[in-house]
Amino acid sequence: MSFVTSLNLSHFRSYKHVHLKLDKRPVAIFGANGSGKTNIIEAISLFSPGRGMRRASAEAMMRRPESLGWKITGELETTDRTLEIESVSENGTSRQVKIDGKPTSQVELAKHTRVLWLIPSMDRLWTEGAESRRRFLDRIVLSFFPKHAEHSLSYEKAMRERNRLLKEQVLDAHWYAALENQMAKSGTAIDRARIKAVDRISQAQANASTQFPIAKLELRQREGTLPETEADLLTAFAESRFRDLAVGRTMVGPHKTDMYGAYAAKGVPASDCSTGEQKALLVSIILANARALAQDQGAKPLILLDEISAHLDTDRRGALYKEICDLNLQAWMTGTEPELFSEFGNKAQFLYVTDQDGTSIISQP
Amino acid sequence: MSSITVIDALIDQMAKLPGLGPRSARRAVLHLVRKRSLQLIPLANKMQQVAASARECLNCGNIGTSDICGICENESRANGEMCVVEDVADLWAMERTAVFKGRYHVLGGTLSALDAIGPSDLGIPKLMDRITTENISEVILALNVTVDGQTTAHYISEEVGKRVKITSLARGVPIGGELDYLDDGTISAALKARKSF
Ligand SMILES: Nc1ncnc2c1ncn2[C@@H]1O[C@H](COP(=O)(O)OP(=O)(O)O)[C@@H](O)[C@H]1O
Ligand SMILES: [Mg+2]
Ligand SMILES: [Zn+2]
Repeated sequence: MSFVTSLNLSHFRSYKHVHLKLDKRPVAIFGANGSGKTNIIEAISLFSPGRGMRRASAEAMMRRPESLGWKITGELETTDRTLEIESVSENGTSRQVKIDGKPTSQVELAKHTRVLWLIPSMDRLWTEGAESRRRFLDRIVLSFFPKHAEHSLSYEKAMRERNRLLKEQVLDAHWYAALENQMAKSGTAIDRARIKAVDRISQAQANASTQFPIAKLELRQREGTLPETEADLLTAFAESRFRDLAVGRTMVGPHKTDMYGAYAAKGVPASDCSTGEQKALLVSIILANARALAQDQGAKPLILLDEISAHLDTDRRGALYKEICDLNLQAWMTGTEPELFSEFGNKAQFLYVTDQDGTSIISQP
Repeated sequence: MSSITVIDALIDQMAKLPGLGPRSARRAVLHLVRKRSLQLIPLANKMQQVAASARECLNCGNIGTSDICGICENESRANGEMCVVEDVADLWAMERTAVFKGRYHVLGGTLSALDAIGPSDLGIPKLMDRITTENISEVILALNVTVDGQTTAHYISEEVGKRVKITSLARGVPIGGELDYLDDGTISAALKARKSF
């Protein structure tokens, strides 16, 4: 399981000081536009590695006008124990993480927490560029395979080195080979984890009785096929060198993979579906992810659903809430009106957020 | 406020040393001042001597007091094995265990295009020369298990080609674990169980 049982925010975005005690039920956050709802779940997203769901800098998260730095602490109940997780940014410098009081790296967080989210900007996920789909995919992969974070960092590091060689037109074949060797190692691990995660999601969608449409997912390379082995990937890098030199960056590899999605029952590409259908496909994937994690690892993810009711009709909304309750997930949801969550009855806990002279205040009605 | 005394200045200077902070620097300086003849003066003398004589070995990059270090001068260390390390601290860590009987080559860093550190900055051409002139039959790569460390190891293996045997330390240590932080037993075991790279 994964439940947040307490959350403290200090000088984080629009919040000065917040101390929340929570139980394991889903959390429904309501309040006017700009009151500070999304800021709360952004803080929760920082319980996982990375820059959080807005991909903002630590500096942007500092409460203005004071700009002193910020701190988020939370108590998390996981499968085997209760963890205290702390994220601190001093004066807006990149955040430092502690688990149970001990300083640790961000990648370490992935071993303890699984956090997934849907935010309004993802309403365009199926129609915009491959990068945001890849990022969505990698969150899912990370939830299954905590090591994915390390492999991704190693890959990025070696690729940045290689890109510099390309840009500076360095022609040292052995240097390229050495970097490509590192990239092929971590790149193959990335590819394999992605394939496994996509397979697992497909399986979890197929085996569920749900009102959400099955999203047929497929990994695609911009050109050619996905290299099957480390040797294949190594060859692909070597063969691409000449062309890469011309453009000054690496043109093949897992950083170019795209996730194609289709509305399975209709056989229509997700990008051609209605806005509501596109959203329903994403919800289907997130729920499948949660089901798969619960089955495989007994570890339920935290899911963050920002403005979730937008583009979902009443039936779908009710179905989503029911599945959240059936799965016993602590979903964190936002919406402008409490009525948007009325189907929950007392199966959810409510937070009411207001803005008072530039400071967000939370009450637990 | 009193002006900063030379004692304060010494404390400040000491506090900048690795492993020391303001608190431990104050304690160390107080101790030195109290044991002036037994500790402070001998220490000052030794520091002066080291400042005048410490230098990098022109052959391997080790730090000693002569142009060619003791290991490079010692003929019994010419056993055909050469251990490549990133830093002098790694060399000293290996020496501490007294298991390795060959010679060293200190790179002084790792390959990094982003930091503008290339093969010649690391003395890799010199390493290739030494393999020939010193009749090396085995190169042992004892580099960190980081992306940069392993890229450098791979680069060296590409440069050496099939000329000599290349091995690397067998290591059950955490990623990025530096040699200097490993205990002697772990280093010896990793050396004995080295495997073909
Ligand atoms: N670093 C910051 N310091 C102070 N206020 C901030 C900061 N970042 C965002 N805000 C404020 O937070 C509010 C938006 O909060 P948000 O959680 O996005 O609102 P909503 O309730 O609509 O989701 C805005 O009024 C914005 O000005
Ligand atoms: Mg919002
Ligand atoms: Zn020497």
